[in-house]
Amino acid sequence: MKSEETIMIKLKINGQERSWDGDPDLPLLWFIRDEIGLTGTKFGCGQAFCGACTVIVNKQAIRACITSVSDVVDREVTTIEGLHPTGDHPVQKAWRQGNVPQCGYCQTGQIMQAAALLMENPKPTHDQILEAMSGNICRCGCYQRIANAVQLASTGV
Amino acid sequence: MNIITSPNKLRGIEGRIRVEKVSRRSILKGLGIAGGLVLAAPVMSRQAFAAYQTGAGKMPHGTVVDPRVFVAIASDGTVTIVAHRSEMGTGVRTSLPLIVAEEMEADWSRVKVAQAHGDEVKYGNQDTDGSRSTRHYLIPMREIGASARTMLEAAAAKRWGVPPTEVKAVNHEVVHSASGRHLGFGELAADAAKESVPAVEGLKLKDPKDFRYLGKGQVSIVDLRDITVGTAHYGSDTRLPGMKYAVIARPPVTGGKLVSFDGTAAMKVSGVEKVMEVQGWPWPSKFQPLGGVAVIARNTGAAIKGRDALKIVWDDGANGKYESAAYRTELEAAARKPGLVVRKEGDVDAALKAADKVIVGEYYLPHLAHVSMEPPVAVADVKDGKAEIWAPVQSPGGTREDVAKTLGIPEENVTVNVTLLGGGFGRKSKCDFALEAALLSKTLGAPVKVQWTREDDVRHDFLHTVSAERIEAGLDKNGKVIAWRHRSVAPTIASTFAAGAAHAASFELGMGLVDMPFEIANIQCENPEAAAHTRIGWFRSVSNIPRAFAVQSMVGELAHATNRDQKDMLLELIGSPRIVKLDSVKDLWNYGEPYDSYPIDTARLRRVVEVVADKGGWGRTMPKGHGLGIAVHRSFVSYIATIIEVSVGEKGKLTVHQVDTAIDCGMFVNPERIQSQIEGAAIMGLSLAKYGEITFRDGKVQQGNFDDFPVIRIDEAPLVTNVYIVPADTDTPPSGAGEPGLPPFAPALANAIFAATGKRIRALPIGKQLET
Repeated sequence: MKSEETIMIKLKINGQERSWDGDPDLPLLWFIRDEIGLTGTKFGCGQAFCGACTVIVNKQAIRACITSVSDVVDREVTTIEGLHPTGDHPVQKAWRQGNVPQCGYCQTGQIMQAAALLMENPKPTHDQILEAMSGNICRCGCYQRIANAVQLASTGV
Repeated sequence: MNIITSPNKLRGIEGRIRVEKVSRRSILKGLGIAGGLVLAAPVMSRQAFAAYQTGAGKMPHGTVVDPRVFVAIASDGTVTIVAHRSEMGTGVRTSLPLIVAEEMEADWSRVKVAQAHGDEVKYGNQDTDGSRSTRHYLIPMREIGASARTMLEAAAAKRWGVPPTEVKAVNHEVVHSASGRHLGFGELAADAAKESVPAVEGLKLKDPKDFRYLGKGQVSIVDLRDITVGTAHYGSDTRLPGMKYAVIARPPVTGGKLVSFDGTAAMKVSGVEKVMEVQGWPWPSKFQPLGGVAVIARNTGAAIKGRDALKIVWDDGANGKYESAAYRTELEAAARKPGLVVRKEGDVDAALKAADKVIVGEYYLPHLAHVSMEPPVAVADVKDGKAEIWAPVQSPGGTREDVAKTLGIPEENVTVNVTLLGGGFGRKSKCDFALEAALLSKTLGAPVKVQWTREDDVRHDFLHTVSAERIEAGLDKNGKVIAWRHRSVAPTIASTFAAGAAHAASFELGMGLVDMPFEIANIQCENPEAAAHTRIGWFRSVSNIPRAFAVQSMVGELAHATNRDQKDMLLELIGSPRIVKLDSVKDLWNYGEPYDSYPIDTARLRRVVEVVADKGGWGRTMPKGHGLGIAVHRSFVSYIATIIEVSVGEKGKLTVHQVDTAIDCGMFVNPERIQSQIEGAAIMGLSLAKYGEITFRDGKVQQGNFDDFPVIRIDEAPLVTNVYIVPADTDTPPSGAGEPGLPPFAPALANAIFAATGKRIRALPIGKQLET
């Protein structure tokens, strides 16, 4: 059990320094949403089953719901709000071009996952797209359009 | 025995029903938009333009046709149109305002959409379920737009001193073509506001050939950009100064009660501020909270951790014995005995006795949880005898009533702000989560957000019912079906409202049981009793799921038994093009619609089968191990047929290669969103067919999250879903599109699996059945 009261954690979210002196085990998701107020990152399952809370840490997609604040000390965290200054990342543009969302709730997580994929692999195959996106659940069932939009983002929007 | 005849009466059970007629106030609070149209509206009749009647007027608070309520024009020309229904992914927040914009000749790029708060006196019925929005509001929204257009034209004609007949609104301005003069909507707004609202009888609606938006599908949803950049506002995104975060431990068994709790350890968790009891209501508790113990904290994570540390003693009550396996046996036994006869034509007993062959199909479908991606969540701020709620609710009007009743304050003192819904599927028709937030805020004297975890959502849902369906079909020596007995037994949604309700309500009977459209001489539908042991609620397409599965699987079984093609068998059973007469059905529920406007038309049913068979390549040559299945079902007064191509590989690996669906939903507004609904229904249909099952042991739900209640992921999803919208003329009444895609999916899949493997799936989920 870590000592809770005395640790001051510093991390960087969307380029901005943040600090936290509360429970170091607090899931990053709740720090981002409740303590900082960046609500674009969503809560879906709390167990890393659904990907709604996906953010990017050091170019990797991670699930903020099972990542403690202390796990990202001194790291760069990017949320949907920080993905692109004007919201025009190729993935975001492809999403709009393909009219992907229905309710939209899971889509920020989907977009962050897709953006991380393209950072690592700018020209993924169809199977690579499905594999990379398979951790993100969409209950409305936008998968057909998600697959197409990731492909579109990788080929230029 | 409780038979409830309509959902309106269901609301009556809750004491909600007040006046079932069109009502409106002459003076209404505006939208607070400067330069807005401020109009006075007389009561307008619904008959003027509609070539058909709908059930809209019979919904609580009916419809309001009033441009003053729905439209505001600013002096810069910005047109603001009110969306009064809830957006859960169907696109309704775009499509209803789009209808108004179409009729008033507004340029959509200069239209803003404002979300109405919950106020059914002002806006008319807001209960966004039953796939009703377009079918109830197409005509009212057109009339509102036409009224606004007429007033703008009148204002321009006065300004120019010409007869109104000489001017015309075109693309956000009014023109006088004789003189070449034109004035923008913004320039006319103040004058138009002084015009009286025209009588609906005199309104001229646009000729459909002049439509720019309706039926075209080029308009994206208004929230598209916000969704992609993370600024779209859902229930959980509301933040208020001083807001507390709460999670609640609820009784694990429906009807259970709190005995005692120890919050000592929870209070030691960093960030936890308080542990307190939440009031619960005795079962059946309608939409009232289940009660339990709340942990209040500075953030949601601390509240969850605090809840994990609670020590609680529960009294499980009578439902603590609920066991799914035993209950299944009970339901199946009930389906083998005679039950309440709810439809009777001819003499089914005699015909079955006389039949050359009798085919019996017994089908079982388990409870399902909704698992919308956004679990239930609500924010409440209750102070000074007033309550303000921010919540993703399908029924903001109902929520307002229930909050007022629960807090004991007048409805006028309750404001319900409707956020976007991160999925709904019927779960968010029930506002228990908003009531929890209201109760906690009242006690704490501070704004409170109640967040349900996924486990809360799965374990305390208003579940889709569990069902045993048994069909006996008698064939004569020529293979013609001469007898059809369908027994459907399932705990009813009415049990959530009335203790001991054991028979299906008429609205449940009307979803695929008594409305079965086949042309068979001897038909009997029966509904044996079933006791409920958990909260049962509406789930996208409701009772249509088990009924379509049984009926359309049976078609496949009959095709096999008589060595015929599935599609040919289906068309033979549907029979001649006709309007189905259901005289033997007492209190026939036709999705709340008058039967004259929305009869069961077998010509339309046949047509979607024929269209999908043609476009979807029915009968095409299949690779080895592949199979095609077909199913058709009318629900929410729409007609939908689906063909699915599957293969079953090694170790029973099921792959859905292609889905083809034809839908006839009458006149439609946004074909692109209809397509997305059908694509989504295929995914949800595969989820429930392959995995969907909630089970109980000792009265407790055994699942909790996406590990043990899986839904389809992208790597197993059908990624080719072709949608064919059967064109309808503008006189064909619009019908549902949100729910009807779901019912035919599972039976088409089961029929396809049979074609591929010879294995007949009679119980869902498929699970491991294909492995052996």
